[in-house]
Amino acid sequence: MAYIVSPNPHIHASVSTKKLMLDVIIALCPAAIVSFLFYGLSEIAIMAVSVASCVVLEWAITKYLMKKPSTTGDLSAIVTGILLAMNLPPTCPLWVVFIGAVVAIAVTKMSFGGLGQNIWNPALVGRVFLLVSFPTYMTDWTVPAGFISNVDAFSGATLLGQVPILGALEADKLVNLKTLLHNVGGSAGEISALALLAGWVYLLVRKVIKPWITLSIFATVALVAGIFHFVDPAAYTGALFNLLTGGVILGACFMATDYVTSPMSSWGGVVYGIGIGFIVMMIRYFGSYPEGMSFAILLMNTAVPLINMKFHPRKYGRK
Amino acid sequence: MAKITFSIGGVHPDDAKLSRGCAIEVLPLPQTMYVSMAQHLGAPAKPIVAVGDKVKTGQVIAEPGGFISAFVHSPASGTVKSIGPRKDLAGNNVTHIEIAVEGDEWVEGVDLSDTLVTEIQEDRQAILDRIKACGVVGLGGATFPTHVKLNPAPGSVAECLILNGAECEPYLTSDFRIMLERTKEIVVGAAIMQKVLGGCRTVIGIEENKPEAIEAMKKAVAELPYKIEVLPLKKKYPQGGEKQLIQAVMHREVGSGGLPISVGAVVQNVATSLAVYEAVQKNKPLITNVLTVTGNCLPVEKQHNYLFRIGMPLSYIAEYAGGVPEAAGKLISGGPMMGRAIANLDAATVKGSSSILYLSAESTKRGQESLCIRCGRCSDACPMGLEPFLLHRLYKAGDVDGLEANAAQDCIECGCCLYSCPAYIPLLDRVRQAKGMAMAAIRARAAAKQAAKESKTK
Amino acid sequence: MNSIVIWTIVILAGLGLVLAVVLFFIAKTFKVEEDPRIEQIEKTLPGANCGGCGYAGCHAFADSAVKASDLSAHFCPVGGNEVMKKVSEILGFAVVEKAPQVAVLRCNGTCEARPAVNYYDGDKSCRVKAALYSGDTACPFGCLGCGDCVDVCEFGALSMDPATGLPVLDESKCVACGKCVKACPKKLIELRPKGPRGMREAVLCRNEDKGPVAKKACANACIGCGICVKTCTHEAISLENNLAYIDPAKCKLCRECEAVCPTGAIHGVNFPKELDKAAVKERVAKRNAAPAVANATVIPSEAKESKKEVSNG
Repeated sequence: MAYIVSPNPHIHASVSTKKLMLDVIIALCPAAIVSFLFYGLSEIAIMAVSVASCVVLEWAITKYLMKKPSTTGDLSAIVTGILLAMNLPPTCPLWVVFIGAVVAIAVTKMSFGGLGQNIWNPALVGRVFLLVSFPTYMTDWTVPAGFISNVDAFSGATLLGQVPILGALEADKLVNLKTLLHNVGGSAGEISALALLAGWVYLLVRKVIKPWITLSIFATVALVAGIFHFVDPAAYTGALFNLLTGGVILGACFMATDYVTSPMSSWGGVVYGIGIGFIVMMIRYFGSYPEGMSFAILLMNTAVPLINMKFHPRKYGRK
Repeated sequence: MAKITFSIGGVHPDDAKLSRGCAIEVLPLPQTMYVSMAQHLGAPAKPIVAVGDKVKTGQVIAEPGGFISAFVHSPASGTVKSIGPRKDLAGNNVTHIEIAVEGDEWVEGVDLSDTLVTEIQEDRQAILDRIKACGVVGLGGATFPTHVKLNPAPGSVAECLILNGAECEPYLTSDFRIMLERTKEIVVGAAIMQKVLGGCRTVIGIEENKPEAIEAMKKAVAELPYKIEVLPLKKKYPQGGEKQLIQAVMHREVGSGGLPISVGAVVQNVATSLAVYEAVQKNKPLITNVLTVTGNCLPVEKQHNYLFRIGMPLSYIAEYAGGVPEAAGKLISGGPMMGRAIANLDAATVKGSSSILYLSAESTKRGQESLCIRCGRCSDACPMGLEPFLLHRLYKAGDVDGLEANAAQDCIECGCCLYSCPAYIPLLDRVRQAKGMAMAAIRARAAAKQAAKESKTK
Repeated sequence: MNSIVIWTIVILAGLGLVLAVVLFFIAKTFKVEEDPRIEQIEKTLPGANCGGCGYAGCHAFADSAVKASDLSAHFCPVGGNEVMKKVSEILGFAVVEKAPQVAVLRCNGTCEARPAVNYYDGDKSCRVKAALYSGDTACPFGCLGCGDCVDVCEFGALSMDPATGLPVLDESKCVACGKCVKACPKKLIELRPKGPRGMREAVLCRNEDKGPVAKKACANACIGCGICVKTCTHEAISLENNLAYIDPAKCKLCRECEAVCPTGAIHGVNFPKELDKAAVKERVAKRNAAPAVANATVIPSEAKESKKEVSNG
């Protein structure tokens, strides 16, 4: 009998990339189901196309271009697919979804060497690419027929899109506690803050992610919006409005916390979160895009190597 | 519950103390025993017997080969059959003295009775001499000669003696059993070491998953006339690591490359304390130790805690315990986190042997290595606050300066990084090499500095 | 419209001119004065920057060679004698010739001859494996088969043979830079003279265990029996720690040792003819049977004969 010999340790926490990704998928389920309920079959189709294209693209690239064993088994392509679908409007044509998947997987992820090597969050690069290339499709917020009817749905613009039309004071009034539960008229993933937060709590309980990045984004957004709103309520929307609209929750809970593109240390994560929160508010108040979460996260993704260089965990026995 | 523990990193493996209920049994003597000359940290011992010599149990058969080295004694009476290379558990050749066992006739002057001797009569130097003469080494894993550790360099003062009863490694129960069965002896041993160190604060740290041991120890301490504390610790691996235990108990951190005594700490294992007691109070050399036969593919009724003679082949003990279980995929000497895989079961036991652990192939086989996903779990787990993913990258790039700057040399090889890596990257395997590179660079620089200094004085 | 085009051309051309002048002065001011011979030598060197010479790279080699008083400490294994001749000419030193060398793996413990006795599950690296234990076979001296030597070879001369579990050398690519020698934790690779037309003999084993132990671990091991030492008429073979070693400087390539070796630990390569073991054995036996007095006269002629046989083939 040939026994195994290896260096220590001889046991493992039996955590694997696949299990972690599966947890992320589970955490995204509540928000995905909510989006299916409100946006119906068209949203299901977008999700299916997005996930399938991501997986097939990754499989094909590993097999035919990199000539390596396929990495689709780690489920990260599925996560990217779900996140991409959640960042698109429900009326997005399917061929646009496919292009988004190509940019996300082929350009942003695999060209850097695959999982763990990319600098930017693949789903977000996919979304931003589509936003810049196909602005008409990407800002068409017509609400398709869902399984639950929406009498008070806005069509044609998101809540953030209403700000220049109605003014900050009026827009603020549109946000109330009901928005927390469901806020129809935006990207699929932005409908229910509650569903997203439930998924985030699940990830925290399973110890998949640490809360610092998300909390620091929320805190910074609230603080910056609070100060500006206090100074001039007529010109600047308030903290609650900014927290609950335009993908701040989706971005802070699921996109900014992506392992690969976020800092390794907890303190680095806090700095990264503050950066995202600040940039998103600057874009919203002073930029030409009503939304800013994608750009803010991608900008801070770029800064992650610098943050990692500066922030290290406290070492034992060293000052 | 206990709240005391170290503050950086750490992991929580299932403690799986399956053999905790098995009382210590005494193993009968085999026909042949092989006594290794390299059973301790430092220079190997030098044999002082010749082939054909008759030896008695407890007789010195090898003497220290350097300042950091230890005496080795015969584990039984009989004839020296051969002195030569024999493969250790890693399959490498080490000089062993082979003894054909003929009986168990002890050398004179050893108190073999069970009576507890609580009065410490000898003075400091006599105690140290006795500990040295009896070949006592640290039994917590590193096997550092105890008399050297208890005799800090002039100028350094011991402020706290910490007795390590954490036994944070899963599966192992030998320390737990001796804490239950030889409680008072351990306390007396601690008192002896306390006396040697000048009567400093003495703490026995025990993890909370061993409540029986904590209770027994508290009772023994209360009954005996010494000033010793029993400190329950929160369960967390690697609590038994010297640096971690010092931080948990004293809230002080040993600087990089420094010794525990630099912060006034001396850490000794409970098993070492027992060996010190037997050496000083009974004049009994270190020829026995307790070892656990356990594993996740071994039914509990087949698990044992054995009092073995140092030099019994591992295979003999395994056979006596009922043979290697069929489901075993890996054999380990020591715990599952820091133990060494046994490549050669015929190897002889040494002073530091603490277990024969059988793990099933499924539970121990490593997963397929994949790409790092930068989750940071390794650096969250590292009890030294290092960043294994970074050290891994620097090692691959051959950047020795970077390794040193990121403290690769501080690694204690506890295995937490690899234990928690979801991509199954053999982090510790490589960080250990990286540590070697960083240490070599530091040593080379120190040597060059020394040489420059010498040439200047000339 | 026209003026825009003209202005663009003028501005760009002007910019180019100004920058060129700036660059020229910068290059002039910051130019590092260097011995011109360094550049000359560097040009003759292969430029592989492999470090086989013991210097950090080709430039470091050239820099050091210029300052040296002779070339005894400088040899480019990649370029060989040809390049060194040119370097010597540049520097005006006497030409120092070195016999071309090649890396030789001193282990022939194939998977078949040396079966695995355990299963290694750690990092696939010889360094890591060697630090842990003696290896997955019963031989604690032999090749670990993780290919650290293959990884360090910058010339693609080494590759792992999955059938034997040992690295194989492509002699035409090996430049004897010695990187593999340093990479092998078991010190199994030796740089040996390439030999006339590549012909050479070596004991491909480093097992220092006693005969029976070595034999049990590996069918191809040197068991330290000493038959080769007794057979060799050129005193080229020494036996130390149960291990034979052929001194390449003394070996006359008669291949008698290879024929008599009971385990096949001695290997000859690049010989034009296949070794007829039986015939050589017979010849050796006959010689040994001859009276001791006659031995002295018989041996040289036999040796000469065997030498002739080689050169004829």
